Amino acid sequence: MTQTETQSQSRRPKLASSTIPVLAVLAVLLVALAFAGSAYQEPAGYLALLKRAAPLMILAIGQYFVIVSGGFDLSVGSLVTAEVVIAARLIDGDESATLWVMLLMLGIGAFVGLVNGAITTRLLVPSFIVTLGMLLVLDGAVFLWTGGAPRGALSDSFRTVGRQGIDGVPVIGQLPWSVVVLAVIVVLAVLFMRSPTGRTLLAVGDNETAVWLGGGRVERLRTLAFVLSGLSAAVAAILLGGFAGVSAQVGDGLEFRVITAVVLGGVVLGGGRGSVVAAMAGALTLESLFSLLNLLGVAGGLESTVQGVIIIAAVAYAAVNWRRKKP
Amino acid sequence: MKRLMTVGVAGLLALTGCSSDLPEAPPTVSSAPSATKSEFFDQAEHDRQLSLRDAAPQGPADKPWEQALNPTMVDTGKYAKPGPYEICFSNASVDNPWRQVGWKTMQVEATLHPEISKFTVLDAEAKDDKQISDIQQLTSGGCHALIVSPNTTATLTPAVEAACAKGIPVIVFDRGVNTKCPVTFIHPIGGYAFGATAAEFLASKVGQGGKVLALRVLPGVDVLEHRWAAAERILAAKGVQVAGVEFTGNDGAKAKSIVSDYLQRGDINGIWMDDGTAAVPVLEAFEDAGKKAPAISGEDQQQFLDKWKTEGLTAQAPTYPTYQWRTPVIAALKILKGEQVPQEWILPQPVITDQTLDQYRSQGMPPLHYALCGCQQMPGYPDKWK
Repeated sequence: MTQTETQSQSRRPKLASSTIPVLAVLAVLLVALAFAGSAYQEPAGYLALLKRAAPLMILAIGQYFVIVSGGFDLSVGSLVTAEVVIAARLIDGDESATLWVMLLMLGIGAFVGLVNGAITTRLLVPSFIVTLGMLLVLDGAVFLWTGGAPRGALSDSFRTVGRQGIDGVPVIGQLPWSVVVLAVIVVLAVLFMRSPTGRTLLAVGDNETAVWLGGGRVERLRTLAFVLSGLSAAVAAILLGGFAGVSAQVGDGLEFRVITAVVLGGVVLGGGRGSVVAAMAGALTLESLFSLLNLLGVAGGLESTVQGVIIIAAVAYAAVNWRRKKP
Repeated sequence: MKRLMTVGVAGLLALTGCSSDLPEAPPTVSSAPSATKSEFFDQAEHDRQLSLRDAAPQGPADKPWEQALNPTMVDTGKYAKPGPYEICFSNASVDNPWRQVGWKTMQVEATLHPEISKFTVLDAEAKDDKQISDIQQLTSGGCHALIVSPNTTATLTPAVEAACAKGIPVIVFDRGVNTKCPVTFIHPIGGYAFGATAAEFLASKVGQGGKVLALRVLPGVDVLEHRWAAAERILAAKGVQVAGVEFTGNDGAKAKSIVSDYLQRGDINGIWMDDGTAAVPVLEAFEDAGKKAPAISGEDQQQFLDKWKTEGLTAQAPTYPTYQWRTPVIAALKILKGEQVPQEWILPQPVITDQTLDQYRSQGMPPLHYALCGCQQMPGYPDKWK
């Protein structure tokens, strides 16, 4: 796929063709949920699902930028944990500290992304290794700092975003803040991917040399993708910390879950193909699937197995399709 | 080629994803791990534990970590030698808040005895193979006594037997091993007692026909299976309806989601938990759904006790006390001085109720602190535990 093709595709208001399979799967799951659980026969049930899925969906958007530009970000799970633990320690129940700590969290997220991006692009270390290293560094740092048991507490206003919503909305009752945050980020992400910078980012994953020859700043774009992923981890940390409070396990396994989600959305590992809406839909599909399995009484231990099967099947499906399309 | 590689990478991701998701097995008083579910229930052991709950402990009343239930004393004269002593400790891990609190307490305990000249510790980081080599390393050094907190029961048994064969006294605590060679095995009453106490409390609060949701950490860990096996029988006998049995992996967010789903389907009157770590997020699910807080059995974790106190919950906390980390050091010194110790040192397992809540809860401790650390009178408290 060349850059011009990409442009003509994203100019169309229609959804990219790779988005359709995941949306179909999502639709089937949502209908199945209505049959499996009475809670899903009302809008409130789906809203609760969306509230729960919002952090993963936001992470999926961040991860999409990195994957589509040809990288991986494995550090997001431990970054989420680190952010929540740091926030609890700094706020320590003090309402007045809420705002600056939230801003600091975004700053830390962006900084970690910047480090990931700089090492990947300047020192030419594969992002898989850089972010795996970052995962271990953050994990170890959090453990060393907290000794395994986080201290402090999050303030009530910090927790509002992940826990509460706007009350008294007609039909749905309560509109969770996390859904509002999600909606804003989705709009921003879609606008970004339609901007020239967004299109070039996609092109970087497809053919780096072509972008470079065309005068694109490949390193900067790649680094930007990591920064955006770091920011998405910070926002996810605010929502997750708000939802369930302080825990040193809050981000465990999130990196694998989010990569599964993005792959499920038809985004090709290695970059160059896939849409941000599909990545997000992949995250919602994954959460719906887990909710459905839970409603059907499937043992929780099966979740990682399901995740593994999905990741292999989705990538294999993409690989087969890719080969078929080649002349 | 590029596609092929990404498939490989994805497969790798999936594999590691599986192992990284599983939480640490909580502290266990162990018998051999069993293959099938029914094997987790041992009627004789169940009855013994339930009767031990009412046994009068022997030992100083203000120091439960020195108390023992129905002890059979053994002579340790053959191990007696003059001090000072080097005590060695092979620790399974310090990877959860419960072990963290216990480990801090044990370190301070070791400083309380001037006759201990050296306290040598190796942390196995939750790996059986590392613990086996740790034990070999410690027993080939100058240790006068070896304390072991085994990572798993069956795998560590030969390593403990080899340590016994070297002639130094071995003390095992928390999780057990399948051999009688250690001089003493220190542990609280156990899982059946824990689960039964919680279930009896809930049955008395929700009444016949009341709906209880059981939240468990993960299947297949013996002590957790024991807790549920005992509870299941009591709930059934008292006519309590079990709305569901769910595994939370000790993840607060997941527990909260599960409970929210249940609340959308109908009311829940009681929450039974085999491990109280996620108790606070579970209670928040009721708040967020605008429902009345349920009767709940949690654990002695600070954030739960705080919430219980401020909101006047209908709650109870059976415990698996962290003060058991003090006992092995005391036992090691008794043995090296030739004093008698119980062959199986069963520690009391207190239950926190409305009446005793204030007595156990200390203010200003971190949310994941465990109240039954027995550390309140130790030097450096509370700062060292914060």
